[in-house]
Amino acid sequence: MKTIITEYNYWIYILLMMIGLYAMLGQKNLVRKIIGMSIFQTAIIVFYVSIGAKEHGTIPIVEHGHGASSQAINALHYVNPLPHVLMLTAIVVSVSTLGVALAIILGLHRRYKTLEEDEILEQI
Amino acid sequence: MMIYSEQLPILLVILPLFAAILISVIGVFQTRYCYPVAVCALIGSLYAAAGVLMQVLENGVIHYQLGGWPPPFGIEYVIDHLNAMVLLIIASVGLIAVIFSKESVKQEMEDKIPQFYTLYVLLVTGLLGMTITGDAFNLYVLLEISALTTYALIALGEDRALLSSFVYVIMGTLGACFYLLGVGHLYIMTGSLNMSDLLTILPNLYTSDAVLVAFILIMIGIWIKMAFFPLHGWLPNAYTYAPSATSCLIAPLMTKVSVYIMIRIMFSTFSTDFVFKAYTAQNLIVWMAVAAIVGGSILALAQKDFKKMLTYLIVAEVGYMVGGIWLANRHGITGAILHIANDAMMTLCLFLVAGIIVYKTKGHHLDDMKGLYKKMPITMAAFTVGALSMIGVPPTAGFFSKWYLILGAIDAGQWGFMAALLFSSLVNAILFFRVIEIAYFEPMSDHHADGHHGVPAMAIDEAPFSMLAPLVIVSLSLIVLGIYAGDIVTNIIQFAVPIGI
Repeated sequence: MKTIITEYNYWIYILLMMIGLYAMLGQKNLVRKIIGMSIFQTAIIVFYVSIGAKEHGTIPIVEHGHGASSQAINALHYVNPLPHVLMLTAIVVSVSTLGVALAIILGLHRRYKTLEEDEILEQI
Repeated sequence: MMIYSEQLPILLVILPLFAAILISVIGVFQTRYCYPVAVCALIGSLYAAAGVLMQVLENGVIHYQLGGWPPPFGIEYVIDHLNAMVLLIIASVGLIAVIFSKESVKQEMEDKIPQFYTLYVLLVTGLLGMTITGDAFNLYVLLEISALTTYALIALGEDRALLSSFVYVIMGTLGACFYLLGVGHLYIMTGSLNMSDLLTILPNLYTSDAVLVAFILIMIGIWIKMAFFPLHGWLPNAYTYAPSATSCLIAPLMTKVSVYIMIRIMFSTFSTDFVFKAYTAQNLIVWMAVAAIVGGSILALAQKDFKKMLTYLIVAEVGYMVGGIWLANRHGITGAILHIANDAMMTLCLFLVAGIIVYKTKGHHLDDMKGLYKKMPITMAAFTVGALSMIGVPPTAGFFSKWYLILGAIDAGQWGFMAALLFSSLVNAILFFRVIEIAYFEPMSDHHADGHHGVPAMAIDEAPFSMLAPLVIVSLSLIVLGIYAGDIVTNIIQFAVPIGI
């Protein structure tokens, strides 16, 4: 019980991921599949963002960074910026995947006049 | 001159990237310049890849720091014997397939020439970048670049291509996300994304469950990407209905580069101590490879469509390579790495033939091949070489990698894997002799003349030079690769097999 409360961010990511996975593989409607894909990718972004976060951590900008009096920096006081920066790239990737998927869906709709997978399969 | 040769690793990747931008700009004004620009960029890449391979052979491993940032912080390119070889394969297949694509693209998608070539060189960029990088997250980004371009390239194809491409989007994204999640777990445990850095930090953590989960997630992600049976569902339709020029590029390369990534993760990020000794999935995975080989071969036997038959053979070939690596001995891994090179060329050869058949007969059904030996002898001679290599008849290349794989299976005592290899050779023999029988003995039917495809039988003759030349080069290279297989193993591959195996 304690781990569920203190590490709730990880449970949220797992829940989101399962919702996304179900929608991607279990749904017949193509738009729902894409929404599932988007949720799945967002879940991973949540995961990465929460591994960088720290309790009572502040933004990772070091004061007196270039000053003559260089101080020791305690990493515990700062949020880890690297996973957050990685996620900027992952967001770009997921947006472009979404774009490609939507473009393909547009083509499918133009040709088959439906977005239900089984109806398209019938026409093929 | 000195500085220039030091910069070859980055030139290799940057040239096609800039060419992609250039082509998309030029394409707005003049579509006829797209093809030459793409060819020039890929010639440049091939030159750089050959240069890099020479440097590696002379001086050993190259470390190239992007922007001069030292490794754990910046992104590093690492080129050793293994990826120097894979880079050369990618660059040469990319160049050969682009030369081939000229007429076929004109016929199949006249209004989309700039888009096609932009995506094409971008895909080559992605594949080269994935192979050359020494950074786990950089690999993910380039994996997605190559995946996104592949989705679009497949969607340019025939009627059913759109739905196949959509299925591939869903599965490909799933695979890439699993990989990313695994890398996230590694980052939590180690705080690093650089592969050689991970290699030194991880040994203390090999007992950790999180590292095991990371390894499993990464493996599943890569297996989805390489269509390892039973995760192969997306591949056959996507590769069958893609435009011919597209399938000539992706069918030889995508699965092979994924196999390369698997090797890189297994031996350069984790180590043989972890992969083969810390826990014992080795037997299970070899048996999965057996299932892939047998399943792929049987499904190929059931096909009536030439291109689809070839795609199921790719599924079987993936089983060869994964199984060979997980045999965990020197012969097995040597065979698997040699097979990356050989299979890329064999698959390219057969898909070039399929491309020519589609170009001439407008179909890729086995029935479309009736009587083709008389109509296009050179094409079909090249096809015969490719088929013999696929079956594994010496002196073609396919024989030697299969030989090493069988030696490895005997060393490891994996009789199931050996039986699967022999079974697959037998099935390949049946398959290709059936095709040869149809194309050689059966007379040209009325099938072509009835206007079903709109190509009368009389109009079918030998393909244009720009299609034949690449095909002849590839089929000769199959024999050359076979003759020099021993030299490739002693000069390149034996350095690529991890130490201690």
